[in-house]
Amino acid sequence: MSLDTSKVASSNGSSAATPSKPSKIGGVATWADDRLGLAGAMRKNLRKVFPDHWSFMLGEIALWSFVVLLLSGVFLTLWFNPSMGEVHYEGSYDQLRGIEMSEAMASTLNISFDVRGGLLMRQMHHWAAMLFVASMMVHLLRVAFTGAFRKPRELNWVIGCLLLLLGTLEGFTGYSLPDDLLSGTGVRAADGFLKATPVLGSWMSFLLFGGEFPGDSIIPRLYIIHVLLIPGLLLGLIAAHMLLLVYHKHTQWPGPGRTEQNVVGFPMLPVYAAKAGGFFFIVFGVTALMGGLLSINPVWKFGPYDPTKVTAGSQPDWYMGWPDGLLRIMPGWESVIFGYTISWNVMIPILIVPPLMLVILMLLPFIEAWITGDKREHHLLQRPRNAPTRTAVMVSLMTFYGLAWAAGGNDLIAIKFDLSINQITYFMRVMIFLGPAIAFFVTRRWCISLQRHDNEKLLHGYETGIIMRSPDGGYSERHLPISETAAYTLTARDRDEIYTVEGDTDANGVTAPGSRVQALRAKLSEKMYGYNVQKPTAAEIEEAHHHAAHEHELEAGLDHPADGHQFDGHSDHTVEEAPLRSGH
Amino acid sequence: MTDSHDNTPAVPEEPIANPGLPAHEWRPTDVDERAEKRAERQIAGMFALSMVCAFLFVVAYFTLEIGDNFDTFLGLGASTVALGLALGGALLFIGIGIIQWARKLMGDHEISELRHPAASSEDDRAATLEALALGGEESGIGRRPLVRNTLLGAVGLLGLPAVVLLRDLGPAPEDKLASTIWTKGMRVVRDVVGTPIKASELEIGDLVNAAPEALFPTEENGYPEIEGVELQVQKAKGAIIVVKMEPGDIVPAKGRENWTVNGIICYSKICTHVGCPISLYERTTHHVLCPCHQSTFDLADAAKVIFGPAHRPLPQLPLAVDEEGYLIAQSDFTEPVGASYWEREKE
Repeated sequence: MSLDTSKVASSNGSSAATPSKPSKIGGVATWADDRLGLAGAMRKNLRKVFPDHWSFMLGEIALWSFVVLLLSGVFLTLWFNPSMGEVHYEGSYDQLRGIEMSEAMASTLNISFDVRGGLLMRQMHHWAAMLFVASMMVHLLRVAFTGAFRKPRELNWVIGCLLLLLGTLEGFTGYSLPDDLLSGTGVRAADGFLKATPVLGSWMSFLLFGGEFPGDSIIPRLYIIHVLLIPGLLLGLIAAHMLLLVYHKHTQWPGPGRTEQNVVGFPMLPVYAAKAGGFFFIVFGVTALMGGLLSINPVWKFGPYDPTKVTAGSQPDWYMGWPDGLLRIMPGWESVIFGYTISWNVMIPILIVPPLMLVILMLLPFIEAWITGDKREHHLLQRPRNAPTRTAVMVSLMTFYGLAWAAGGNDLIAIKFDLSINQITYFMRVMIFLGPAIAFFVTRRWCISLQRHDNEKLLHGYETGIIMRSPDGGYSERHLPISETAAYTLTARDRDEIYTVEGDTDANGVTAPGSRVQALRAKLSEKMYGYNVQKPTAAEIEEAHHHAAHEHELEAGLDHPADGHQFDGHSDHTVEEAPLRSGH
Repeated sequence: MTDSHDNTPAVPEEPIANPGLPAHEWRPTDVDERAEKRAERQIAGMFALSMVCAFLFVVAYFTLEIGDNFDTFLGLGASTVALGLALGGALLFIGIGIIQWARKLMGDHEISELRHPAASSEDDRAATLEALALGGEESGIGRRPLVRNTLLGAVGLLGLPAVVLLRDLGPAPEDKLASTIWTKGMRVVRDVVGTPIKASELEIGDLVNAAPEALFPTEENGYPEIEGVELQVQKAKGAIIVVKMEPGDIVPAKGRENWTVNGIICYSKICTHVGCPISLYERTTHHVLCPCHQSTFDLADAAKVIFGPAHRPLPQLPLAVDEEGYLIAQSDFTEPVGASYWEREKE
C-alpha cells in the first residue's frame, strides 16, 4: 500500500507500542505488588496473545450469559420465596386473585406484576439461561468440528461436557421453581423417572420429595440446588476451563505465519480485553432487549400447579426436549422379574441413553487419539472436511439429537402440519436409528468430495466462469491459480497416517500379547482415514502449475507467457489486449 | 508406540512454504486525522447515548405503572418494555463503543507468541517424582500396610455417616404408593367444586373430571379435615375421570363386569407412564390421550394402552350408586395408580 504513514495516529505506531515511564497507575501497581507480588504472573499474561476468529466468540457468549444469570438471579432471590406453603394470591394480577397457590408461585407473580423491573429481570434470567445452554452447545460443536479437543485439550473438553450437563440441570431446577402448572407437570414426570429406577426408585422419590409426591419439600430443595450447589460447581468448573484455556493458549486457524509452535493475534491488553469486555456489555444488552421485548415463561397464563390438571402441549424447555422425545417414541416395554417391576419404557430413554450419550461425548477425543495413535500436541485447527470421519460422527450425533428433539415436539408437529401423531412416532422410531447412519455416510462422502475440491483448486486453480473456445471448436472453462496465501492455508494440514501393526507375530509365529486389540485399532484407523484425500505433494503442485502455465499459453494464443491474470482484471495487460475473440 | 515425540507439537509437512505473517495494513483511522477524529466522536457518542439510556431507565422506572396495567403495550407492560429497551440501550452502547474503540483506535498490530508444550520440563518431572517417592518413603506408607489399610478403611467408612445422614430427607415409602384415599361407599364428586354426581345426570359421551368426596370435607359428609401436603398427595393420587358411553360399547374385563353403572365407567386420571394427568378425550373412539407423552388408552376396553410409551392400562375404580342415585366407589383401586415402581407388584 502506498499510504502516507508519516502521520500515523499516535495510538498505533509503525510497530507495537512501548510503554512510557510509570505513571499514577504505576504507583498503584507498585503498591499492590509490594503486597501481592503479582507482577510475575501479570507480566506473562497482560500481553498474552489471543487469536481472532468469529467462532472463538461462541464460548464467550456462554461465559457472559452466565454472568448475566448470576446478576439477574441475585435480583430475583430478593423477592422469590421458595416455599410450598399455600396462600391466597392477593396481588395485582386480576385473573388469579383469590386463588390458592404456593408461596413460590405467589412470589413469582409478585415479581412479575408488583416489582418494577421484576418481569424484565425474570425474562432476562430465562433468556440468558437459553443463551447459556445454546451457546455452550454451539461452542461444543465448534470445538469438536475443528478438532480443538485433541491433545493437550482433552481434559478441557471433559470439563466443557460437564458444564453442559450442569447447565442443563441448572435450567431444569430453575424453571421448576415457580411451581406453575407447566413446571409442576415436569417435576411430576421427574418423579416418575425416579420411581423407574431399579431397587431404589421409590426410596429416591420419597427422599427427594420429603414424602409422597408432591410433598412440601421439593421447591425449597430445588431452590438451594439451583442457587448454591450447581452455580458453585459451575463457577469452579468455569474457572478451571478458563485457566486451562490460558495455560494451553488458544488454538488458531492455520494461515500465513501461523504454525503449531506459535500463536498469532492481538494482545490481551488492550485489544482483546476491550473486545471481550465490550462483548460482555453486548451480551448483557441483548439479553436486556430480549427480556423487555420477548415474553418467556408467562407462568400467570399456566396458573398454579394442581396435581389433577395438565395443559395440552406440555413441553419442557428446549434443551430438555431430546430425552423427552426419546421418552415419547419409546415403545411401552415393562417387565416383571421375580415380582419386581422394571420400566424399560422410562429407564432406556431417561436413565440410560442420556448419560450414555454424555459419556460418549466425553470420550470422543480419547477414542480418536487411541485409534490414530497420535500423541502429538495440536494447536492448529482442522477444517471439518479434513477430518471426514470425525465430522461424520459429530453430524451423526447431531442427527440423533435433532431427531430426538423433534420427537419431543411430536404433538406440535402433528397439530401444525396436520399429521397423525402415531405416524410421526412410528417414523421417528425408525429414523432414530436410520437417520444417524445416513447422516454419517453422507457427511463423510461430502467431506471427502470437499477435500478433492480443495486439491483441484490447489492443482488446477479456481473456476473463473470464463468459457474458452479453442480453434478447433472445443469449449473449456478457464482455471486460474489461487493466491499463495490461500494455497498455503489449504495445504497447512497434517497428512493422515493409518496406524499399522508392526510384527504382530514373532519369529516363531506366536501372536504378540494384545495384538488383537492392535489389529482392531489398525482396522479402525484404516476405516477412519482410508478414504481421506491427502494434500498434494510439492512435486505434484509444481507439475500441475507447470502444466497449467503451458496450457494457458497454448490455449490463449498469447505471444507472452501467461501470468495467470489475463482474465480476472488484475493483469498488467488490459483485458482488451488479451485476444479473447482474435480474428473477429 | 514410541513415546519419544510425545509432547512435541505436530508439524505438518508443507508442500508450499509458509509465506509468513502478512504485512500490517494501515486503517483509515491510522493515517487520516479526520477519520481518527470521527471515530473518536463516534465512540464518545456511543458512551453518551448509553448515559441517556441509563437516565431514561430511571425515568421509566418512576413514571410507568405496573400491576393491573401489566399489558398496556405490545401485550407486555409498558414498564417492562421501556425498562428493557433503556437497559438494553445503556449496555449495548457501552459494548458497541468499546469494540469500536478497539477496532478503530487501539493498536492493531498482530503479534506472535511462542507456545510451550503443556508438559513440565523433564527436570521438574524428575524432581517431583523424586519428592513423591521421598514422601512415600519417609511416611512408610508402603512399608506399613496395616496402618495404610486401616486408614483407607476408616476414611472409606466415613461415607457411611454421610449417606445415613440423608435418610431423614423423607419417610420410608412403605406401601403408601399402593393405596389412595378412595374407600368403599365414598361418593364421586366433581373436582374443584366438590358436588356429588348423580348417575342420571350424565349423558352419553360425557367425561367428568372427578375427585373423592373426602377431599371436600363438610359437616354433612363427615369426612375429617384435610389440607396442605396431605390434601395435595391425595389429590395427586385420587384424581379420576368418569365417562359415560353406550353400555354396549364397553368390553368388560374379566371380574369387572359389575364395576360400571349403566355405561358409566371410571378410571384413574394419572397416566401409568410417568404420572401426568391424562386429559384429552375423543368421545367417538373412547380414546383418552396423555398430553405429556401421548400414551393413548381405550376407555371402552379396560383402558388398555393402544399407543405410546405407557405399558399398563389405567387402573379402574369400581363404581356403584347409593340409595340417592349418586355415584360411589365400591372400594379403593385394586392396584397402585400412576407411574410404575420397583416394588409395584409386591404385596
